[in-house]
Amino acid sequence: MTDWLGPEEWRAVALSLKVSIWATLVSLPLGLWVAYLLARKEFPGKQLLNGLVHLPLILPPVVTGYLLLASFGPQTGFGRLLESFGIVFAFRWTGAALAAGVMAFPLMVRAIRLSIEAVDQRLEQAAATLGASRIWVFATVTLPLILPGLTAGAILAFAKAMGEFGATITFVSNIPGQTQTVPSAIYAFLQVPGGEASAWRLVIVSIVIAMSALLLSEWLARRAANRVRAT
Amino acid sequence: MSLSVTLQHQLGAFTLDASFEAPEGLTVLFGRSGAGKSTIVNAVAGLLRPDAGQITCDGAPLYDSATGRHVPPHQRRVGYIFQDARLFPHLTVRQNLLYGRWFAPKSTPGPEFNRIVDMLGIGPLLGRRPDGLSGGEKQRTAIGRALLANPRIILADEPLAALDEPRKAEILPYFERLRDEVSTPILYVSHAASEVARLATTVVALDAGRVIRQGAASDVLSDPAVTPLGVRAAGAMLEARVQAHHDDGLSQLDAGGASLLLPRVDQAPGTRVRVWIEAQDVMLATERPQGISALNVLETTVRALRFGAGPGVLVQLCFGDTLLLSRITRRSADALSLQPGLRVFAVIKAVSVARDAVGDQPRPEL
Repeated sequence: MTDWLGPEEWRAVALSLKVSIWATLVSLPLGLWVAYLLARKEFPGKQLLNGLVHLPLILPPVVTGYLLLASFGPQTGFGRLLESFGIVFAFRWTGAALAAGVMAFPLMVRAIRLSIEAVDQRLEQAAATLGASRIWVFATVTLPLILPGLTAGAILAFAKAMGEFGATITFVSNIPGQTQTVPSAIYAFLQVPGGEASAWRLVIVSIVIAMSALLLSEWLARRAANRVRAT
Repeated sequence: MSLSVTLQHQLGAFTLDASFEAPEGLTVLFGRSGAGKSTIVNAVAGLLRPDAGQITCDGAPLYDSATGRHVPPHQRRVGYIFQDARLFPHLTVRQNLLYGRWFAPKSTPGPEFNRIVDMLGIGPLLGRRPDGLSGGEKQRTAIGRALLANPRIILADEPLAALDEPRKAEILPYFERLRDEVSTPILYVSHAASEVARLATTVVALDAGRVIRQGAASDVLSDPAVTPLGVRAAGAMLEARVQAHHDDGLSQLDAGGASLLLPRVDQAPGTRVRVWIEAQDVMLATERPQGISALNVLETTVRALRFGAGPGVLVQLCFGDTLLLSRITRRSADALSLQPGLRVFAVIKAVSVARDAVGDQPRPEL
């Protein structure tokens, strides 16, 4: 595949995969926690949290990207604070992962929340009467039952992260090998004469990755659903 | 081992204010739906926090509003058998059965796995998942799961209500064995008088959130004050011993000195059984009836009459120590001039006693 793809194209594909996998893995625990809060808990500010989580879905991506730049940029106080701990987002692949994670977060939370709401809480009560503390109830009953939703949420987030363009290019620009993901690379190739062939190859790679993710999620969801079919 | 409960709880317009003791054996919380039975059981399990009261199990406080103590459900060690089995769909029958084992204290060994599996006859199901089981198989697995958690008390909230009649008949004997073979006290919720008669050692009768009567099963069930709770099912539980099986399909039983002929009972001669006789199947006569088809004519004394709102009267009768209930019309009661102390003959048709109304009698724990 390295022969078929030019080095610049290959770098974009590898970077996109890296960015999307990190964005998905890091946001998964947080997404699970937020989805659980929204599905099960009542607290002041719940609607505010819900709105905040969904904001990247309804805002123009460029606005989200600019807000990230304004919060985590090297000129901001917060950015400098993070930099003193060795964490830099601006114009780095980590920034691309942050942008992709933020953009994919609402889709992930939505899928997980729906699956948590579908869990029969009477099963959790039964587990509690059998001696399981809350954390054990979650680990042995809730988590296995929401596995299909969790899988769907993660794969949806991964696919969204692979395709993220607007927020990424606004926040971390389009630096080949550093922040140039597949969508940014396609955009860049289309700006130069004779770049169509490269762009087409990346389009094909995008389609293959997206289709594979979809088939994988269908397969995983079916496997999980077979295991947890309702009584 | 015993459970002591005192509760006050407000649920909308419904007020629960109940206090009772559940000694060893099987205690049935008996009453109409909406009487507060499930609320009590959920409070004992810790799934519901009552407004006020105390719950003590085996001397250990589970809930005490005075001190604010509320032991969370997972630390109470109750074995809860739900009406809908609530098996974990993602686990096999074996994994469901062993679920509580994980969390049970290792210091006090619980019942042995194989013994419970044999007792419930679920050995062939161990590798299967709950969604392939019949209603009765699910409920037996749920009973095993609760027992294997090594509980201090077993709670059963109408465990038979969701099953059809053949399945009920399948599960009832397991509760009888539980009562006789396991020393853990059982709190059993029911609104079916025949279940109560077969299973209960102690009965707590509830009405509109209050305990109206509690005590030994035979005393409470033949108390006319309790029968309005399940009017159609009013009746009495007789303790009897199987004497002989006759060739014509009848069995002869001895109930407190009186002889009863009933359709074939499965138990061997010499076995002590319980017989549930519904009040509407008992006719009364002031003289010994002659030339009638009914096989059982008992000489009894009227103990009490209870007049309801309708045209019916419940007559409590006794012969020896045994109590019997008869439902007749007010007009008949007047025509016979029934009053406490009068000698009357109770006529019971043998065929009216259903086969499943005869059950094993609890053996006292030695």
